[in-house]
Amino acid sequence: MRAARVIPCLDVDAGRVVKGVNFVDLRDAGDPVELAARYDAEGADELVFLDITASSDQRDTIVDVVRRTAEQVFIPFTIGGGIRSVDDARRLLRAGADKVSVNTAAVERPALIGEIAEEFGAQCCVVAIDARSCRAEDPYPATPSGFRVYTHGGRTPFDLDAVAWAVDASRRGAGEVLLTSMDRDGTKDGFDLPLTRLVADATTIPVIASGGVGTLAHLAEGVVEGHADAVLAASIFHFGQHTIGEAKAAMTAAGITVRPA
Amino acid sequence: MTLIAVLDYGIGNLRSAQKALQHVGADARLTDDPGLVRDAAGVVLPGVGAFGRCMEALRAAHLDTVALDAVGRGQPFLGICVGMQLLYERSEETPGARGLGVLPGTVRWLPDTVKRPQMQWNVLDIVTPSSLFEGLPDPAWMYFVHSFAADDPTHVVATCDYGAPLAAAVHRDNVFATQFHPEKSGANGLHLLGNFVRDAAAAGAPGSGPSVGGAR
Repeated sequence: MRAARVIPCLDVDAGRVVKGVNFVDLRDAGDPVELAARYDAEGADELVFLDITASSDQRDTIVDVVRRTAEQVFIPFTIGGGIRSVDDARRLLRAGADKVSVNTAAVERPALIGEIAEEFGAQCCVVAIDARSCRAEDPYPATPSGFRVYTHGGRTPFDLDAVAWAVDASRRGAGEVLLTSMDRDGTKDGFDLPLTRLVADATTIPVIASGGVGTLAHLAEGVVEGHADAVLAASIFHFGQHTIGEAKAAMTAAGITVRPA
Repeated sequence: MTLIAVLDYGIGNLRSAQKALQHVGADARLTDDPGLVRDAAGVVLPGVGAFGRCMEALRAAHLDTVALDAVGRGQPFLGICVGMQLLYERSEETPGARGLGVLPGTVRWLPDTVKRPQMQWNVLDIVTPSSLFEGLPDPAWMYFVHSFAADDPTHVVATCDYGAPLAAAVHRDNVFATQFHPEKSGANGLHLLGNFVRDAAAAGAPGSGPSVGGAR
């Protein structure tokens, strides 16, 4: 059977969760490890930590987060943000991460995907793609799919088709695509379903839909209409708006197979 | 405390298996020391990445013979994911590479009608009861990440349905192996690992006596 995964995403800056977390019974709502354990207990299928630490002298803090998470969380977790080399990936995997996600560095040097997959296996190489619909003011011609890859946290347009890049990344050894719509991220209007469907249908590896979730119905849409294999969300979980259990109940009601929370 | 040797041949994330075994009360050590493996109540062979690369790394660390000796001595033995696949004779992932050959058969690509890798939670269909499944809920969800699976049904004790029924767990004498990751399967996986540690302690190997040193 195919079972869709529900994945909460935590943005981590210098070892602390940002973007606000609002659970009443957390000792320290800014501690990523405590929050990860909470989501594990609630029935999350996996976790994604996005390291958005800007200052290079604090980058080691994420390794400590990984180490402490691996001691008490027994579901898979992915680390993304700032991974530029096989050595960066090795440090995080040896500390206990199950997968690393690469984004800007892979766009700039696609061979990085094959290097990580060759060294550690395709299963731990996630390629994160930030995509946005092409616009007239773009410095490059429109792409065939109408969706463009952005780098540097979604700030920099790149002359690269988002769907073609997903296909190329999978051929190079990526085990999974984490697809974020920059048009929808933060809007709470739901996933970009045409984008998600284009990428999911074009690739033979699993696709995680991300960006725009505002309601439980959006999660189900990502799977049913977007053809995604997993759905990622942040704010609807962080602010206690919905539990993982509610998310899975809604998906089950929509006819999707999930691991019960 | 029950001493469990986790074979450390320098690949990927071995720490998860160690931490999960410690969580269920074992004195789990990452090791490439044949003496420590011999003294252990149970031996775990984890594995991530490509079949050929794992076999190369295992041989380079001389842990292929250590693993085979442990199996031959009758020590409770647990292979995980690629650690299960290495127990077979060969794999389509790395044609020409020789596996440990503890179990007969070839590790083959998953059907091309499904997304590869299978990267998801799936339900175990238990074919033959095994002590390692004792106390698991029904259905028992476990976390799978793999593009290949063993083709020989002889010792398969559980399957999962992904395009076809796939070998999810095998058990022959003292050798047990799972295609899924018990160390990443939440409470169910920890329960299975707890059963393994319990069985290893009961098997009466030297390491099942008083602890021979501090954990971690």
